[in-house]
Amino acid sequence: MPGTSFHSAMTSRSSERFGKWLVSAPPLVYLLFFFAIPSLIMVLASFRTPGEFGGLSPLIEDGKPDLNLDSYVRFFTESVYAQIFVKSVWYALLTTLFCLLLAYPLAALIARSPKKYRDLLLLLVILPFWSNFLIRIYAWMIILGPNAAMARAVNGVLSWFGHEPVALLFSSFAVLVCLVYVHLPFMVLPLYANLEKHDQALLDAAQDLGANGWQRFWRITFPLSLPGVYAGAALVFIPALGIFAIPDILGGPEDSLIGNVIKQQFLETRDWPFGSVLSIVLTVAALVLAGLAAWVGRSQLGTRSSGALSRA
Amino acid sequence: MRRRPVALWAAAAAGYAFLYVPLIIALVTSLVSTVLGTMAGVAMYRYKTRLLPILVLTPIAIPEILMGVSLLIFFVLLNFTLGLASVALAHIAFCIGFVAIVVRARLAGMDESLTEAARDCGATPWQAFRHVTLPLIMPGVIAGALMAFTLSIDDFVITFFTAGAGTVTLPLQIYSMIKIAVTPEVNAVSTLLMLLTLALIVIASKLTPSLLRSD
Repeated sequence: MPGTSFHSAMTSRSSERFGKWLVSAPPLVYLLFFFAIPSLIMVLASFRTPGEFGGLSPLIEDGKPDLNLDSYVRFFTESVYAQIFVKSVWYALLTTLFCLLLAYPLAALIARSPKKYRDLLLLLVILPFWSNFLIRIYAWMIILGPNAAMARAVNGVLSWFGHEPVALLFSSFAVLVCLVYVHLPFMVLPLYANLEKHDQALLDAAQDLGANGWQRFWRITFPLSLPGVYAGAALVFIPALGIFAIPDILGGPEDSLIGNVIKQQFLETRDWPFGSVLSIVLTVAALVLAGLAAWVGRSQLGTRSSGALSRA
Repeated sequence: MRRRPVALWAAAAAGYAFLYVPLIIALVTSLVSTVLGTMAGVAMYRYKTRLLPILVLTPIAIPEILMGVSLLIFFVLLNFTLGLASVALAHIAFCIGFVAIVVRARLAGMDESLTEAARDCGATPWQAFRHVTLPLIMPGVIAGALMAFTLSIDDFVITFFTAGAGTVTLPLQIYSMIKIAVTPEVNAVSTLLMLLTLALIVIASKLTPSLLRSD
C-alpha cells in the first residue's frame, strides 16, 4: 500500500532527524557553552578597558559603551611585545625543526622493526604522558642542575679549554631542550603512522633501477612522508608557541615568551583586555602559520604527484 | 637533623588533597567527556553536521592557553567560584574532541551494514546502538576514556587558569614548590603520582587486553 509506505518513510525520516538531534545536541550545547561563548567573550574583552581593580571596567559608563582599540594599539606600538612575539615564533620553529630531526629516524626505526616489538616501542614513546607535564619539566631541573653529572661533564670539558663554567639550568638551552623533549612524541606518532604504510615494493623497484640509499630516501620515502611531517609540525608548533611553564621554570629572565606575558596579564597585572589581545594574536598567528604549512604541503604534493604522472 | 625518607613520604601523604583532587577531576572528566565525545563521534560519522565538527575539533587545534584564559574570564564574569567544578568543566570541554576522534576512527573501520541488519530485524535505533554498534566500538570508547583521563591528569595550563587561588590541585602545588626550591618532597609527590597513573594504566590494560593491541 503506497499510503503506508509513504507514512513509514515519513516517520523513519523524522525519527532519524530526532536521533540526529538526540546524539549531536548534548556535545553541541556543552561546547557552545564552555568553548564558543567564552572565546567570544574574550574577543569582546579585548575591546574593553581594564577595570580599576583588575578585570573589566563597567560596560556602560556615563551613557557611553566601553569599547575601544587601546589594547590593540598598545600591542602594535610598544615594540617590546613584538620582540617577545618574534622570539616565541623563533623558539617554536627551532623546537619543530629539532623534533623533526630527532623523530624521523626514531619513527622509521619503529616502522621497520618486527611487528611484535612495535607496540612496545610505541608504548615507550607515549609513556611520558602518563606522568604530569610539570613533573617532566621538574625532572629536567634535576638533570640540568649545577651539581648533576651533565653540568659537571660539560664544565669539566670547558675548563679543559680554559673556558669559564656555564650554567645549564635557567638558560635558553634548558628551555629549548625541554621544549623538544616535551613535544617529541607529537612528531613521532604521525610520522610513524605515515611511514608504517609505505610500500616496500617502491623502494625495491628503485633499488633495481640503481638508486642508492640516499636517493631512495630523498626521492621516495621523504616525499611520501610529507603529510606526516606536516601533521607532526602542526602538532608541535602550535602548543610550543603558547607555552609558559617551561620558560617560567627552566629559563632565565630573558627567556620570557608570549605565554609568560599572557599569564602575567591575567594573574599578576590583571589587565584582561591586553591579555585577551595577546591571546588572540597568538591564536591567529598559530592558525595562519599552520594553515600556511598545510597549504604549501598540499600544493607541493600536488605538483610532485602531477610531475611524477607526466613523467610516467 | 636529617629527615628520614619515611617522614618525607608522610609529609607528602599528609597533604593528600592534591593527590585525590586531580584523581576526582580526572574520573569525572573521563566519564562525562566519554559520553559526550562518543555522541559527538557517532553524530560526526553518521550525519552531515557543519557546526559540530568545528566545535569539537577547534579546541584541539588552538593553543591551550587560549582556552585557559577565555574560561577564566567566563567563570569570573559569571561569578562561578573557581575550584574543582570549574577545572572539571574545562577539562571536559577539551577532552570531548579527543574522544570523538578516536570513536569516529573506530566507526570508520566498522561494518555499518551490521547496524542496518539489526534495524531490518526490527531493532529500535537504541537497541541497534546498544547491542550492535556499541559493543563493536567499545575498544574505541575505552581508549577515548583512558585518553581523557590521561589528558586530565597531565594537564597543567588549563588547570592553572581555572583552578583559582584557593584550590589545592597537584599542578599548582608542584608549581609553587618548584618555584621556591627543589626539595625531596617534590620528588616524593611526583613519584606517588607517577605510580598512581601507572597502576591505573596497568589495571585498564588488564581489563581490556585489546586496548594495547593495534589490530
